[in-house]
Amino acid sequence: MALSTQQPENDDRYVLLAKIDNARNVSNILKAIHFKESATVFASSMGFKVTVEDSKCVQANAFIQEALFHEFVMKEDQITFKINLTVLLECLTIFGGTPGESTSLKMCYAGYGCPLILVLEEDGVLTDCSIKTLEPDEILDFNFCSTNVINKIIMKSECLKEAFSELDMSSDILQFLMSPDSPHFRLSTFGNAGSTHSDFPKESDMMESFQCTQTQTNRYKISLLKPSVKALSLSTRVSIRTDNRGFLSLQFMIKNEDGQVCFVEFYCAPDEDVDEGPEP
Amino acid sequence: MKFRGKIVDIGCIHHFTRVIGTLSKLIKSCVLRITPGNWYFILAEKLANGGIQIWCELPQGHFFDEYAMEGVSKEANEIYLEVAPDNIPTLSSHSRTVVHDVPVSVIPRRLWEDYEEPELPHFDVSIAMPQMKLLKNMIDKMKNLSNHMVLSANQNGEMKLSVETDMAAVSTHFRDLINPSTLDQVPSSHDSSPERVKDPTEFSKARIDIRKFAQFLSGQLVNPTKVICNIVHNKVVHFLLLNEDVSLQYFMPVVAS
Repeated sequence: MALSTQQPENDDRYVLLAKIDNARNVSNILKAIHFKESATVFASSMGFKVTVEDSKCVQANAFIQEALFHEFVMKEDQITFKINLTVLLECLTIFGGTPGESTSLKMCYAGYGCPLILVLEEDGVLTDCSIKTLEPDEILDFNFCSTNVINKIIMKSECLKEAFSELDMSSDILQFLMSPDSPHFRLSTFGNAGSTHSDFPKESDMMESFQCTQTQTNRYKISLLKPSVKALSLSTRVSIRTDNRGFLSLQFMIKNEDGQVCFVEFYCAPDEDVDEGPEP
Repeated sequence: MKFRGKIVDIGCIHHFTRVIGTLSKLIKSCVLRITPGNWYFILAEKLANGGIQIWCELPQGHFFDEYAMEGVSKEANEIYLEVAPDNIPTLSSHSRTVVHDVPVSVIPRRLWEDYEEPELPHFDVSIAMPQMKLLKNMIDKMKNLSNHMVLSANQNGEMKLSVETDMAAVSTHFRDLINPSTLDQVPSSHDSSPERVKDPTEFSKARIDIRKFAQFLSGQLVNPTKVICNIVHNKVVHFLLLNEDVSLQYFMPVVAS
């Protein structure tokens, strides 16, 4: 199929049309989940949900709600397609983001099999992009329900950023201990140079909410959690939850340049080779 | 065959340093042609190696306080040396004496004709380039999408940069650029043929290597006062950088699709 960048005659033929004054409000949130080449885009009247998965064990979702756009028109209930996220991000950031200049963005989609059209404009210079959309893959359902949540912590991102940026990558796993008793919340690694523990007591100023009902120790592959650092570094607040199966949910609250709030969430399955790991 | 030159003025040394800096970003090795009036840095790649041609002209009087040379002979009072711009010593900010020996190889006279000033073809379009910084950002992004791009422009102040892959098609449009008149764009104009009557909105195109274009853009330390892009439809792109006294011409042949 030949792609073309011809200007559309009118916007009526699109089943999806979204306009935003600052393309960075879209690109920054997508960068937070850019740890794999392709992403699945779900659009509904609520806005966009963009999903990236790795190894059938971790899933990241970025929510770009309808309210961020100054125009958002959906003519179908739900639109789903897969797209090359790397290409999408190169296109969204083509103007390079000169400080003080903002790039306006129009996104259009004419329906199944059609490319995603982006029209970016900055200072009178116009860029048209036409990105091929692909058949969506089945995405994982982590079946993470709030009724099965055992432990939940909401904290300021600041202190977790430090802990995550200094993770000992020679450790295969990152262990989460959450408990109603001391040390309340502990992150541990078991690497070549020894073990590390970072404790976050519930009395800490960084804790905004602490609802842990029973002591749980779960291990997650560090390589799967590492990509969440991008989202963490952009975020101001993070919610950490584990359910009765030991699945982990990290929700990051991200404030964009215009002070609007967006969310990025990560789900991660626990590491099953617990027996092979070193003793804590 | 002798040459001796001395640059004293700090402004001239800075300027000279910037020119050499630009060249060393663009090429590993080039030919330095020394004549009584000018210094020239010349690159003439064979077509099989990409076919890039560079012609950079520095009037010696604007740089050197002392300048003495003796060419190969009275009739051919010139010197041709092969030199790596990287090796040419540049600015040292302290007052001290440092001696640099720069390896060169002398180009025999029978090969001089390979380094003649490239003849300027009749250009279909001549247009001032948009802001270099923005262009550089854009080309760096496009470089991640494809190896080739199409540069097109018309005599109506419009320029388009396009890449197309099986995954995406991206095209940037610049408007309101200046089309310089053909007379003041060429330093040594030997194009006196009358202007063909042509629709000013008609685009002339050239498919070029993005990496080479990106390299050209990132080498611009000289801060040119003017950058002109000339296109011969489906043949060659010619960039002319003007910075007061120094002019640099960069020829980029089209790449077959």
